[in-house]
Amino acid sequence: MKISTRRVEKTTILDISGDIDLAHSSEVRRLVLVEFRENRTPKLILNLREVNYIDSSGVASLVEGLKASRDVGSRLILFGLSPIAYEVLQLSKLLKIFEIYDSEEKALEA
Amino acid sequence: MLCVVRSALMRLTEEQGFAPAECRGLTRAVDEALANIIRHAYGGRTGQPIELLCRRTEDRTGSGQRAGLEILLIDHGASADRKKFCGRSLDDVRPGGLGMHFIQHAVDVMEFTSKADTNQLRLVKYLPAAESKDQIVKGG
Repeated sequence: MKISTRRVEKTTILDISGDIDLAHSSEVRRLVLVEFRENRTPKLILNLREVNYIDSSGVASLVEGLKASRDVGSRLILFGLSPIAYEVLQLSKLLKIFEIYDSEEKALEA
Repeated sequence: MLCVVRSALMRLTEEQGFAPAECRGLTRAVDEALANIIRHAYGGRTGQPIELLCRRTEDRTGSGQRAGLEILLIDHGASADRKKFCGRSLDDVRPGGLGMHFIQHAVDVMEFTSKADTNQLRLVKYLPAAESKDQIVKGG
């Protein structure tokens, strides 16, 4: 898994590629929590376009990130969900609690 | 190594004739079961032995025969707490506890046994009747 960080004005974008599984979900969790708790990013966007697989620990990292964003009054936005990532969030009944957009443009405009 | 197992399971389930969503579900179930063994039975220690056995099976308990895939996961770590095998309510939005839900959602049978220092998780998924008939006729 690879993660790179971009900043567009006050928004941070994490471009994630590969599998968010047991071996890598802790890194996603760490980076997301740092953005909210230390950097106080008002809006964090996760680009999941290149993510092939998310397991329950990956979903848990996203949920924890969402809770951290709410704690500090920030926003966590997802875009580019692959069918597999979408399916996992659907199975978890979590689609409605996340802000999800099709494209980076829409996520930035939101 | 989990990504290697996922890749193999996807291929195996496709070969067995499962629908794409069922292939993804079974692969996810085995991945989650392996993650649980690493995390709980072996306390997060990687490099510990886990046996993964797959074989065709048949269900003759109902009115007709159903072909299926039986998957056994065997480890020698700490025994699992059976109370945690029921998963959690999905209405409770919090991290953790989703793995068991994914497993239960994907399989028809889930059995856990523990004897001495050996734990075994048995997962079975049956093919729908039409596909089962094809598999049984092929007999391979």
